[in-house]
Amino acid sequence: MTTIILKRLLAAIPVLFGLSIIVFLMIALIPGDPATAILGSFATPENVAALNADLGLDKSLPQQYLAWISGVLQGDFGRSYALNRPVIDEVLERFQATLILAGASLLLASIFGLLAGIVSAVRQFGFADKAITLFVLIGISVPSFWLGLILIFFFAVKIRLFPASGMEAVYGGGGFLDILHHLVLPAVTLAVVATGVIARLTRTAMLEVLRQDFIRTARAKGLSERRVIYVHAFKAALVSVIPVIGIQAGFVLGGAVYIETVFQWPGIGAMLVNAISQRDILLVQGGVLVVAASYVLFNLAADVLQVVIDPRLK
Amino acid sequence: MSDMLEIRDLTRRFGGGRTIFGTTKPQLTAVRGVSLDLKRGETLGIVGESGCGKSTLARMLVGLDRPSEGAIRLDGKDLTEGGAKALAARVQYVFQDPVSSLNPRHTIRQILEAPMKHLLRLNGSERKKRLADLCEAVNLNPDFLVRYPHEFSGGQAQRIGIARALAAEPDVVVLDEPVSALDVSVQAQVLNLLDRLKRERDLTYVFISHDLAVIESVATRVAVMYFGRVVETAPSRKLFAAPLHPYTDLLLNSAPVPGKQRLRAGGDTGELPDPYNPPSGCAFAERCPRVEEDCRRIDPPLEAKARGDDHRAACLHPLPAD
Amino acid sequence: MSETAIASPSEAQKSKARPRRPSAFALLLNNRLAAFGLVVLVLVVASALLAPLLPLADPNATDPANRLAPPLSDGHLLGTDALGRDMLSRLLWGTRVSLAVGLSASVIAAFAGSLIGLIAGYAGGRTDQLLMRFIDLMMAFPYILLALAIVAVLGPGLINALYAIAIVNVPFFARNIRGITVGLARREFVDAARLSGKGPVRIVASEILPNVLPTIVITLSTTVGWMILETAGLSFLGLGAQPPQADLGSMLGEGRKVLFTSPFVSLVPGLMIFLVVLSINLLGDGIRDVLDPRLKAGALAKPSARTAVEKNRRWPETKKDETSDAVLDVKGLETQFRIGRSIHRAVGGVDLSIRPGECLGLIGESGSGKSVTAMSLTGLVPSPPGRITGGKVLFETDDLLAVSDKELRALRGGAVSYVFQDPLATLHPLFPVGDQIAEAIRAHQPLDRSEARAKVLDLMRQVRIPNPEARMEAYPHELSGGLRQRISIAMALANDPKLIIADEPTTALDVTVQAQVLKLLDGLRRERGTAVLFITHDFGVVSEIADRVAVMYAGRIVETGPTAEVMANPAHPYTRMLIDCVPVMGEPERRLDAIPGRPPPVDDLPDGCAFADRCPRAAADCRSGDIAMRDIRGRIEARCLHPLSPGDALRGAA
Ligand SMILES: Nc1ncnc2c1ncn2[C@@H]1O[C@H](COP(=O)(O)OP(=O)(O)O)[C@@H](O)[C@H]1O
Ligand code: SF4
Ligand code: SF4
Ligand SMILES: [Mg+2]
Repeated sequence: MTTIILKRLLAAIPVLFGLSIIVFLMIALIPGDPATAILGSFATPENVAALNADLGLDKSLPQQYLAWISGVLQGDFGRSYALNRPVIDEVLERFQATLILAGASLLLASIFGLLAGIVSAVRQFGFADKAITLFVLIGISVPSFWLGLILIFFFAVKIRLFPASGMEAVYGGGGFLDILHHLVLPAVTLAVVATGVIARLTRTAMLEVLRQDFIRTARAKGLSERRVIYVHAFKAALVSVIPVIGIQAGFVLGGAVYIETVFQWPGIGAMLVNAISQRDILLVQGGVLVVAASYVLFNLAADVLQVVIDPRLK
Repeated sequence: MSDMLEIRDLTRRFGGGRTIFGTTKPQLTAVRGVSLDLKRGETLGIVGESGCGKSTLARMLVGLDRPSEGAIRLDGKDLTEGGAKALAARVQYVFQDPVSSLNPRHTIRQILEAPMKHLLRLNGSERKKRLADLCEAVNLNPDFLVRYPHEFSGGQAQRIGIARALAAEPDVVVLDEPVSALDVSVQAQVLNLLDRLKRERDLTYVFISHDLAVIESVATRVAVMYFGRVVETAPSRKLFAAPLHPYTDLLLNSAPVPGKQRLRAGGDTGELPDPYNPPSGCAFAERCPRVEEDCRRIDPPLEAKARGDDHRAACLHPLPAD
Repeated sequence: MSETAIASPSEAQKSKARPRRPSAFALLLNNRLAAFGLVVLVLVVASALLAPLLPLADPNATDPANRLAPPLSDGHLLGTDALGRDMLSRLLWGTRVSLAVGLSASVIAAFAGSLIGLIAGYAGGRTDQLLMRFIDLMMAFPYILLALAIVAVLGPGLINALYAIAIVNVPFFARNIRGITVGLARREFVDAARLSGKGPVRIVASEILPNVLPTIVITLSTTVGWMILETAGLSFLGLGAQPPQADLGSMLGEGRKVLFTSPFVSLVPGLMIFLVVLSINLLGDGIRDVLDPRLKAGALAKPSARTAVEKNRRWPETKKDETSDAVLDVKGLETQFRIGRSIHRAVGGVDLSIRPGECLGLIGESGSGKSVTAMSLTGLVPSPPGRITGGKVLFETDDLLAVSDKELRALRGGAVSYVFQDPLATLHPLFPVGDQIAEAIRAHQPLDRSEARAKVLDLMRQVRIPNPEARMEAYPHELSGGLRQRISIAMALANDPKLIIADEPTTALDVTVQAQVLKLLDGLRRERGTAVLFITHDFGVVSEIADRVAVMYAGRIVETGPTAEVMANPAHPYTRMLIDCVPVMGEPERRLDAIPGRPPPVDDLPDGCAFADRCPRAAADCRSGDIAMRDIRGRIEARCLHPLSPGDALRGAA
């Protein structure tokens, strides 16, 4: 177990290294003069000169990278000119909010997706299956940013059940229940697509497993149908569903960009959109790197879980 | 009869090398120092159980795989010398699974014409003539040339596979379990066809099978493989009448024979050594009823014992003549 | 020499009888949802294409006096937006832009991704490693985030959004196509092409690409919708289309500002995105089902826990004296598969009986119905498509086809147990083998964990597994084929069965291992007096183990009798020919007489004797009516009108 985790951690190092290179190259790839582009309306000659020196743009690319990465490893992502604050401070503050939103969504999506998928497979062609299939179809086709607007209009404007925006009440907010109250709409909206995808793949995986020879063996042993489906078939199906959940985590983290914008959730997605509009590239760089790195770590956990379930992967 | 194909100390390893972290990857030796000669006009049967290296050896003979060590010479010239095409024009291959050896999206005509186009560079009218000849040789109705592989049964597909191998006019055909995937009632059709083609076209066969009865009925000479090695080789009659190697003996006694109920000696585990961690001495020692202390130290070479130069075995304590 | 031409009568007959396969397009239209998707999509695309020709207002003409007019107001069917622009006109023009951008992104992603996948998959080795590491790296970014990073670098704008979406979708194609290509590159037909003198480029283009194309189309049709959605999303965020240019996403983004007062301004473009994506997804699923029949609804039907049994099934009347001492007595068993419109009579009236302690060998070619017979006995044939339509399965006194589900479960793995062919596929891959044996025990006996464990060890010793304490923790893939099959046998013995049904238990094994397993099974059944139904296609194996043998052909037993008698002097021509067509060790000079032709397809059985087309003794009377089993020489029964006597030559006797 520990060796598996260590091995995967070791294997994650080159991935993180590659990630950092790609993120680093963002600046080098900006068409035109990066400093001017980054500073935009702040591009006074002094600022440009200062930034150029800061980024080390006069040095060779490898040297620039070394300087940059050693800064990053010490938590120095540079300074956001638009916000006039260190990038790392802003990013970490925002990242918490995103984690709450994305984590809640992924949890919802995994639970309901798995349940719906199993029910759908077990009741194949029955009413529940048809209803779930319809939901899945709508879920994976509906634009989440639009769904969010509709939910706001209905639940926040019309029946005023949930707040329309933000993470906590402006006055006296911030408690657990308050955040939860604010979380419901965005988390559900964000979870819809992932739930659909997970449900669909769980259904397919279950149906495929149920046709395998070892299921016939389980029946030939005289096991109850409940045990055949929920122990034998489900465990085998899980092997192909876990990677899907891993991939969905990426979609949820990415999809948070829309949802945070729609619900004005103070997360990293909304921050990125603003930063891009303002060409605050250093902020974008820091945000992307942190989110991507955390996604790599999440996938690592999914990998380990996968190996625990499936001894063939050792 | 002259030697057509000389196989010398052929070894094939898989895996190995180092990962980027410097640890070694596990390595497995599928074929371990095999030397064999193939004489013009003979059928060399290669028999052994799954995983003993038969297919790997066969693939190296036709150039689908490269040996890690050792050489294969065709008429005295190194195989790889003339390039893949020159080799394919002389040595061809018939696959175990006839259906998967035919591209599902090509017609039979496209499949049969490919070697004529790319190996022999025949023009349209020559190809037409050759196609008609091939169809007749394998009893294929020429109307079926426009069909796709899925429309044929296993036996029919295998005849198409044989026709494809013959399309290039090879001298040697390597047949890797050509009837194992077929139903018993169809096996005989294919075996008889192979027999006739060999006589009509002066072919030399390397015939691989795990089925001793099939090998006995087709082969003029037999090589028995175990764990990547040839452990015994002899003219077919000699080998089946009185084997030298205890493994060959076990094989012969294990194969069920229709109409006979035989008492078998027990005690064999049927377990092979770990290919990633091969034993130092004779690979059969764990299972061998004749094992002695020296067997675990010395890996016996394949050599003639007291039964003439054409009957060799890799065993320190071979079976007596009877 | 007895080869048969490929143009055998049954072949010709077959191609005549089978209806032509419907075209892919017809199949697609048969799928109602896909057809609906297609219709909606065609309507949307047509109106978007025709937008310049339709009598629409200028989509960019502002009219502040008329801002936020509700739908159905004068001159503005869908109302106006915050600047007073006509919504309908903007909707159609916006749809044009969204479709164009989404489709272009898809095509770029599909082309680049497939190319990478093909190259990586076929080249393998370092090229593969390098390309796929890079693809992995792209996938290490959460999807949209990478697109955002790209837009951040290139700057907001519709074309940049297009590139971004195309780039982030490349990995999906690359991975999918590489996976398929790796599988194909290992297939034997690629080796065959190499041996036909084709070079790598030609092999990729003419051997692999045609087989990969369906996957490319499937991946494309299932991701286009998604890509349209995502490009709209970028525009919604203000990073795609920049005013005055508008696509559906940027319309939605503008509508959001007046959400509370005029929700329809955001409702309309959102609904259009939804409609487009939904119709594409429906169509995509339909295309996938047509191109990949494995996924079609019917093919993936969930098998029920028990085979469906026809209510008014019939069975032949039994003579009283017959049923007395048998453990298992099968009468007129019929099992069918309904696939599409054809009915496959896999088992067409099988009678079998096995006495306590007896081993009956059931032998026949593949497809003759042996396994279906075996699985029908305890209802293990998957339904759909399987159905038992006739017969009785008397086990002791119960008809297994009529007992309750609960009783059947108690019998399965209890008094009747199974050993299947391929133990790697039949054991659960994710549970240790010891647990699987214990599970079989505890399903039938109220033992606690430690008692069950002791029993497992005992069983493992009985099937002579060395070092059982360590082996019980092993997973199936960690054991050799022989050990795996011993585990299956231990599982079958767990509850002291009266009958073991062994379906080709040694076919997947090597000869030396087969010999061991046969010996083990033979010893165990003699010690315990267990009856065995032993299925095989090998006369050698039958001779070793079976007391009696039943020969099966095209779904029926055609001959049965004591093994030695049937082997020495078979009465049915098929049995004789089947024995004669296999080489026998020790008789290398024996002539092999192939059986001409092939068994008749079970969805189109001829009248009369099913073997008539291949039988050298066939006469006119063989081709009509039902041919019954009849006693021959007092010891054998055969289903033949002109049976062989000992010493009869096969040919020209009729
Ligand atoms: N491409 C490969 N990679 C790793 N191992 C292989 C490969 N091909 C064959 N082997 C291994 O080599 C051994 C011999 O295999 P093979 O030649 O297929 O034997 P046979 O034909 O007798 O079944 C087996 O242990 C097999 O797993
Ligand atoms: S060398 Fe020894 S162990 Fe090997 S086969 Fe001969 S007698 Fe047996
Ligand atoms: S009934 Fe007629 S056709 Fe059938 S096996 Fe007997 S002789 Fe042959
Ligand atoms: Mg092989």
